[in-house]
Amino acid sequence: MATFDFLLQGLWVAAQPMNLLYALIGVTLGTAVGVLPGIGPALTVALLLPVTYRLDPAGSLIMFAGIYYGGMYGGSTTSILLNTPGESASIVTALEGNKMARAGRGGPALATAAIGSFVAGLIATLGLAFIAPYIVKLALVFGPREYFALMVLAFVTVSSAFGDSTLRGLTALFVGLALSVVGIDQLTGQTRLSFGVPELLDGIEVTTLAVAMFAIGETLFIAAQGDKGPDKVEAVRGSVWMSKLDWARSWKPWLRGTFIGFPIGAMPAGGAEIGTFLSYATEKRLAKHPEEFGNGAIEGVAGPEAANNASAAGTLVPLLTLGLPTTATAAIMLAGFQQYGLQPGPLLFATNPQLVWGLIASLLIANFMLLVLNLPLIGLWVKLLTIPKPWLYAGILLFATLGTIGANPSVYELGMLLAFGLLGYAMRMFGYPIAPVVVGLILGPLAEQQLRRALAISQGDVSVLFTSPIAAVLLVIAAAALIVPLILRARGRGQVLAQLAANED
Amino acid sequence: MKHFFLASILAGAMALPAYAADYTIIAPANPGGGWDQTARSLQTVLQQEGISGNVQVQNVPGAGGTIGLAQFASQQKGNPNALIVGGYVMVGAILTNKSPVTLKDVTPIARLTGEYEAIVVPAASEIKTMADLVEALKKDPGAVSWAGGSAGGTDHIAVGLIAKAAGVDPTKINYIAYSGGGEALAAILGSQVTAGISGYGEFEAQVKAGTLRLIAVSSGERIAGIDAPTLKESGLDVVVENWRMVAAAPGLTDEQKAAVSADVEKLAKSAGWQEVLKTKGWQDSYLAGDAFAAQLEKDVAATEGVLKDIGLVK
Repeated sequence: MATFDFLLQGLWVAAQPMNLLYALIGVTLGTAVGVLPGIGPALTVALLLPVTYRLDPAGSLIMFAGIYYGGMYGGSTTSILLNTPGESASIVTALEGNKMARAGRGGPALATAAIGSFVAGLIATLGLAFIAPYIVKLALVFGPREYFALMVLAFVTVSSAFGDSTLRGLTALFVGLALSVVGIDQLTGQTRLSFGVPELLDGIEVTTLAVAMFAIGETLFIAAQGDKGPDKVEAVRGSVWMSKLDWARSWKPWLRGTFIGFPIGAMPAGGAEIGTFLSYATEKRLAKHPEEFGNGAIEGVAGPEAANNASAAGTLVPLLTLGLPTTATAAIMLAGFQQYGLQPGPLLFATNPQLVWGLIASLLIANFMLLVLNLPLIGLWVKLLTIPKPWLYAGILLFATLGTIGANPSVYELGMLLAFGLLGYAMRMFGYPIAPVVVGLILGPLAEQQLRRALAISQGDVSVLFTSPIAAVLLVIAAAALIVPLILRARGRGQVLAQLAANED
Repeated sequence: MKHFFLASILAGAMALPAYAADYTIIAPANPGGGWDQTARSLQTVLQQEGISGNVQVQNVPGAGGTIGLAQFASQQKGNPNALIVGGYVMVGAILTNKSPVTLKDVTPIARLTGEYEAIVVPAASEIKTMADLVEALKKDPGAVSWAGGSAGGTDHIAVGLIAKAAGVDPTKINYIAYSGGGEALAAILGSQVTAGISGYGEFEAQVKAGTLRLIAVSSGERIAGIDAPTLKESGLDVVVENWRMVAAAPGLTDEQKAAVSADVEKLAKSAGWQEVLKTKGWQDSYLAGDAFAAQLEKDVAATEGVLKDIGLVK
């Protein structure tokens, strides 16, 4: 069992006091930079990569892993407390997490996110260690048509999770889809809807839209209400810690989120967001109290948070086994490996087992450190909510703007931030959900490109979309998700569904 | 110690105009990509070798580097301490995006690195040689799908040039654009497409592991250590090099330009830079002065021609 030996050896190295210190520094730095809205893990890792250059390979990899996981986690904290997702993978977390925080349950929300991330990170890292070669074979079977079928499934399941009115949800989704066609069309290189503005050629940045819609829109909304805001924020109600019931409601979503997030993260065109969408939709379907969704259901934090961390480990599967960086963060990690002459690829596990297992052990240690660092800090984080509203929201505005400029120093980016902030405010005023806009912007281009690639490869033959077994199965599931509720309604159970729908926010 | 530190800063500050210039390098791309890595390697080596005391890297991503280029040309005019990293991809992007700012609006200093294109097929493919691929292409251009990087980029241009050299209508090629060679790799490995084309580095590990078959490289001569014929050997008169360069701001005096060129030359010849080239797997293609200017002009003209042939530029 050479695998185990290497892993234990790696763990032993990583557990040296000096290396533990590096892990702690990495996690702290990663979390600190990651909490800035607009600055996701990719930029965090890029900014902090030079810090690791001076260390020995083991220490450097460990600090690196800490920064990576810390950056991933930092985004969720602001998502939950301030309704300001630091990155696209924690958008879904804001939906329920922020509702919980406003109801004085910020502590349990942060705790379930931290522990869920830990559990998911642990399982997914072990998955990376033991089943990466098999997972990657599965992932390679996914061609454009299979991805397209997956996107169809994501659209169908996610649109059911859009709140009280399907019409409003779909309207918001189409706003997102319209925004998603702005910029250079990837398949032909032609520009669409850019109106001759060069800054629009690359399309609209997901984080800019998300930060604008959530943070700026929210700030305007609160400011417009003056002192008479209906939802009075309570910093802490009950315990800061998770109750027995919270644990009971969290552990299944953690596991489900992990099993959804890991394989999707491992797919070369999967990405962390889709896993969080699917996890959220799944939890909403399976929940015993679906009416709580939209009002702060802990499952809606636990599942997606586990899913995004599992995806983070999942993206390392194609990186280590194929040398294929599937996300910006992974591309920067690749640069980090190369400084030690480590060339990720199919031969890596055979030629450099020490470094690979060292990295995997570092990820485990970093994951553990994250928990150690964050659990005691929860009490401190929730105090953020006791800051008087004007200061708090002024602070959010400041950090949202700083984060956006930090990621892309451009006047247009700032203009877009403000324009979308106004759009988010208007949508909130008129009761339109804002998450579908961001979902549309993320899923739209993926679905479009994969469909067009599939059709280009088949030279226009539409039947290829259904003839692959995986694609067919995914499409059947999507069709079932769409049709079954209709059948239920036709058979007279419509009242139940209507009631459920009415209870949703 | 503290005094010494302060003193050295003071000394450094006073010495600055005479010796090491501070540089700000614009990487017109997101962190992690080739240009960003080039800029950050320049930063490290310039400081390490004492060529410059303080080097900052700033990312201005977007539209194949044209956003960064436009910002650089307008904001840094006459600033001898500003540099921008760019390359062949920018040449194509300027044309396809109809960018008002071109490479004529900056002061190209030197070509630094290069990478040749590699054409691969899955190991299980029936296609064994470039001749097989050309034959399939001639029979039915649409049936041969090529996976590569973004539309209008180096990979796409290379496929257009190959089709043209083989006597096939370049507008008929079935090019499937991915956001980069990495994402295309998955499609090639999964046998979703007939062939793949990208920088050799993207495929190297797979070729060595035997999961991809390398059938040609786009260099003029065979590359040492790479077991594959050139396109020329396969009867196609095509040479494509995806080079990267460094340029200075527009409106510099001749002395300023000479000073920047001298610094860049010192960098390119330094042991530190050679070490970086080795670890990153970049080919040294240092070319400066008039030779580079002539080469650049030739590349721009050839690229414009092929982009028109493919139908991406009207």
